[in-house]
Amino acid sequence: MTSGPVVTAEPVMTTAAANTAAAGSAGAAGADTIVDAGTRGVGADVGRPDGVPKVQGRFAFSSDLWADDFLWGHTLRSPHASANIRGIDIGPALATAGVHAVLLADDVPGCITYGLEHGDQPALANGQVRYVGEPVALVAADHPDVARRAAEAIVVDYEVTDPLIDAEAAPDAAPIHPDGNVIRELIIRHGDLDSSGEVTVEGIYEVGMQDQAFMGPESGLALPDEDGGVELFVSTQWLHVDREQVAACLGIDEEKVRITLAGVGGAFGAREDLSLQVHLCMLALHTGKPVKMVYSRDESFYGHVHRHPAKMWYRHHADRDGRLVKVEARIVLDGGAYASSSGAVIANASCFAAGPYKVPAAHIVGLAVRTNNPPCGAMRGFGAVQTCFAHESQMDKLAAALGMDPVELRLINALDSGDRLITGQVITGTFPVAEVIRQCAGAPVPDIPPSDDRRDLPGGSGRTTNAADTVRGTGFAVGFKNLMFSEGYDDYSSAACRVADGVATVTCACAEVGQGFVTLAQQIARTELGVDEVILAPAQTATIGSAGSSSASRQTWMSGGAVQAACRAVRVQILADVAADWGVSPDGLVLRDGLVVSLDGQQEALLAQITAGTGYEADVEYHHAPTEALDENGQGNAHVSFACAAHRVVADVDPDLGLVRIRDITTAQDVGRILNPTQAVGQIEGGTAQGVGLALMEEIVLDNGIVRNASFTDYVIPTTLDMPDVTIAAWVEEPEPNAPYGAKGIGEPPTISSSAAVAAAVRAATGLPLPRIPIRPADIALARNEVQQ
Amino acid sequence: MSDVVVARSLDEAREALAHQPDATVLAGGTDLMVEINRGLRRPRHVVGVAQVPELRRWHIADNRVVVGAGVTYTEMMTTALADAAPALAQAARTVGSPPIRNAGTLGGNLGTASPAGDTLPVLAALNAEIVVTGPDGERRMGLDDFVVGVKQTSLRPGELIVAAELDRPTGRQEFLKIGPRNAMVISMAGLALVADHDARTVRCALGAVAAGIPRAREAEAWVAEQIDWASGAGVDDGVADEFGQRVAAASSPIDDHRSTAAYRRHAVAVLATRALKRAFSSGEAGDA
Amino acid sequence: MPDPYSLRVNGVDCEVADSDLAESLLFVLRERLGLTGTKNACTEGECSSCAVLIDGVLTCSCLVLAATAAGQEITTVEGLGDGRDELSVVQEAFVHEGAVQCGFCTPGLIVAVHDLLEANPEPSDGDVREALSGNLCRCTGYGRILAAVHSAAATKRSQP
Repeated sequence: MTSGPVVTAEPVMTTAAANTAAAGSAGAAGADTIVDAGTRGVGADVGRPDGVPKVQGRFAFSSDLWADDFLWGHTLRSPHASANIRGIDIGPALATAGVHAVLLADDVPGCITYGLEHGDQPALANGQVRYVGEPVALVAADHPDVARRAAEAIVVDYEVTDPLIDAEAAPDAAPIHPDGNVIRELIIRHGDLDSSGEVTVEGIYEVGMQDQAFMGPESGLALPDEDGGVELFVSTQWLHVDREQVAACLGIDEEKVRITLAGVGGAFGAREDLSLQVHLCMLALHTGKPVKMVYSRDESFYGHVHRHPAKMWYRHHADRDGRLVKVEARIVLDGGAYASSSGAVIANASCFAAGPYKVPAAHIVGLAVRTNNPPCGAMRGFGAVQTCFAHESQMDKLAAALGMDPVELRLINALDSGDRLITGQVITGTFPVAEVIRQCAGAPVPDIPPSDDRRDLPGGSGRTTNAADTVRGTGFAVGFKNLMFSEGYDDYSSAACRVADGVATVTCACAEVGQGFVTLAQQIARTELGVDEVILAPAQTATIGSAGSSSASRQTWMSGGAVQAACRAVRVQILADVAADWGVSPDGLVLRDGLVVSLDGQQEALLAQITAGTGYEADVEYHHAPTEALDENGQGNAHVSFACAAHRVVADVDPDLGLVRIRDITTAQDVGRILNPTQAVGQIEGGTAQGVGLALMEEIVLDNGIVRNASFTDYVIPTTLDMPDVTIAAWVEEPEPNAPYGAKGIGEPPTISSSAAVAAAVRAATGLPLPRIPIRPADIALARNEVQQ
Repeated sequence: MSDVVVARSLDEAREALAHQPDATVLAGGTDLMVEINRGLRRPRHVVGVAQVPELRRWHIADNRVVVGAGVTYTEMMTTALADAAPALAQAARTVGSPPIRNAGTLGGNLGTASPAGDTLPVLAALNAEIVVTGPDGERRMGLDDFVVGVKQTSLRPGELIVAAELDRPTGRQEFLKIGPRNAMVISMAGLALVADHDARTVRCALGAVAAGIPRAREAEAWVAEQIDWASGAGVDDGVADEFGQRVAAASSPIDDHRSTAAYRRHAVAVLATRALKRAFSSGEAGDA
Repeated sequence: MPDPYSLRVNGVDCEVADSDLAESLLFVLRERLGLTGTKNACTEGECSSCAVLIDGVLTCSCLVLAATAAGQEITTVEGLGDGRDELSVVQEAFVHEGAVQCGFCTPGLIVAVHDLLEANPEPSDGDVREALSGNLCRCTGYGRILAAVHSAAATKRSQP
């Protein structure tokens, strides 16, 4: 990387952009934050290496970077959901004092489009805009407000056309993109489709458009390099796929795009697609100056993909004993204007549409379509969230039709290892669905007396509700999804390990987005190498191969596996040399407490001495077991592994006003093995909160393609007064055979079943069908009014 | 922005505004700075009044509560002002978060004049008189004459909000507000209700359900006749329910991204029913 | 360009020159004074990531016109610890209890919790939840944060 103009608030942790560039005090500052005195390996409650700088405000996020003489970038976005661009006049913008560049589609040096699955999205609108917020022009100026004013001065001549905003109408509507309006149709036909059950229940369900709403807005800094390349510091989930797309758009070799992970303020799927990466690099290369961009909160709502809104029709068939016979479903996901990862999202929604249950026959039609709504893509749970709400609503409806306890109904149908999914795949790993259900449902229901403290009541500080105005309900749900990438994708991660002077250095491009991989990587290295001190090198494209995405609950397994394999390769080298030196077999040697020790206790040596000077190193690529594409009937071994979770929710509802206060959430989760208990609790509590948000309040409100609530004032997420304590009844530890240390990814399952359980609790309290989430106050209060009248 | 004057006294503030009558007055910044940060407003001249001591005081005079325009929401909640104007304290506690309540002021809420301004129904129910000062001297007016439209006031160029003077009735005060979650919300519907046992009246005003801050005068008059003022007995459910319906008739809500007109009208009726029952219940006074 | 003004931040007087007077205190702290610990998550007072103390009062710095803060004592997260290596009780508790994930909301929370425990050394769970209801966090679901606040309160009470 270039030596440096980049300076951060203070060089701190390994992931922060400039920590290597500003070498002066970096060594000392870095060292005291990453060294953990005393060995604490896998399974131990080890603190985050970036915890101290984060509580001190010294951790450098992607919005905290600056460089000498840098410019501010700004994006002009389309105000129209559908329009042709007849002309653009940048004259007034260019004439603004302090403006250094104004760039349009014609200025994109390489390929105009990019995309995760299909390169269908223009880096800048190319004669046409397909959603409100689509980038149209870029400005670089010496002050952010100058850049914003200049962007306002750009005159775009739009010919506005009628937008396509109804996903269900999309397949038959005129195509809004050369690739057509159907992004993917996936049909699953499994078992005897002519079979039918004695009892059937049917329903139509709807899920609103959720936003990831990470706290750190999209931001980054690009610096032009002397070789015509560019250096980019950015918050992202996947450095190497960014590089691939950025290089193509810039029309330069991938090696000339050097990307370093800057501190990431949360991601949850929203940073898997490009946002400002190409724009920053274009402005830096054009102006020859460093360029920084920081999205405002309202811009962030336009700047990344959202969770797909869903409309779902379901029919469940069961016998009189409650055994599922067949599940039929039609799932329509609104993908918005561009494909993003819609193809994979509809695959997940469809594959897991029947829930973690034994289903002998299934007919699922999954459809992801293109509209002029904002693009949708990855968000925590990735398609499984939407269908979990539907299948769990159906299971409750079925239990009611059968006169059966809803938990019992789930238990008798629970999938297990050795069973088949509706894709025909036999589950070969661990999958303790029944145990997860039993642990969650069996935990004692906390005795929470009605409280007159406003803070415990629906409506909170608004003083709307007395305890006497409330009714209580309990809901239960279970959900599951796959871990890692599926359908034949060659999914891998790369890591390098070096041990010198008794200190291990681990290099991996895994994006630390808050989940705590940096902690795990150190724990793994300690466990494998018996060392205390583990340094994590910065995550960057120039020094190591791809780690894949920090998504799909995959990094503990994939990058954890890569780090484990790299450390083990180094261990083998060290032990072989020592064994040769001592004239013993390497099998009789171990690394422990900074020593090489013979198991017979006869010999030991300091690892620091053995690795003095030259050191040992290894570089590995770790792949998971290959998967297959789904066939024309949606059948095939498309997935690697599965994880499930269950939630039980107790909610107090004020039915007259439609307000809800959740009083308790109890959960159990299939985790394989816990590698860091505190971090696991944090993932489960945080993932659950996002499900609570979707169930009760979070929705991007669209009006003819326009986002009406692009702010934290009106896109509301749960506060401390909305989230109750989460009781973890159990994490069910059945180690996954092929996973490093037996650990399954734990980030997504908490978000899948929590929404459905909250909805079930509110239904139980009110007796209303509530087929849509988020449940708005009017959905309860006015529906109840209608029932009463 | 070409100049920022930080006034340290009421005279300084008046002087600065006399000098630049088109200046934008900045109090707690909780509304204006949002618009400046977003580039939606670019005022040329700003007069900051957050550090004007005269505006930050409150007192009781002639059995009226005089609240300076610079009194913050936190001060409304935590000082003896909360005893003098309980509904004001209740409303203040529903505003934003602690740091917002530390900054936002009564004058700012008035100046923004949003239908969702949380203190405004309280001011209406307490027969507030708004005191402004300016080039033409002091003017006083009721809330109806001050708030003349959505985010529109009758303030003239160079004028500054000084205070609001409120009734101090003998009777319970209630403020209730609905939002999309349990804290830190913009009002979807709000309501203030005041019982005045001396005057034998009930006064009720509504927030976020009309272009202004309507008083439910017909309902007020009706319910005053239903209450057994002499005995102090509670209201029965039938009266409370009918009161709710009559109050809802005073609303004229709209559909927007925060809620629907139908829900707002329904919710106002429920809030009014509950507020009336609380105000005439024999139990303890409601908490803030 | 307007006249320079001076801000007193963490006990140090800092000259702000060549600025646009429309800049918020948040922007000036971060972009002109290099104090990037104060975070820019919403710039509309809805998340408290930018919380600072101004004359001891908890304030969203995004809603303060920087020039109006001249002459006031501003304390940011960088000014709360006891030097570069020593953490405050609150900071220590956040690290120890696992209250930090991505960390973007953390500085605002640290400032808010310092303010809370100063005013209320023995807060109930409801008190803590209400005091922090404006500090949005998207990673944690608040569980470890609340644990850290109670832990910090207990530690502070046990100290002489």
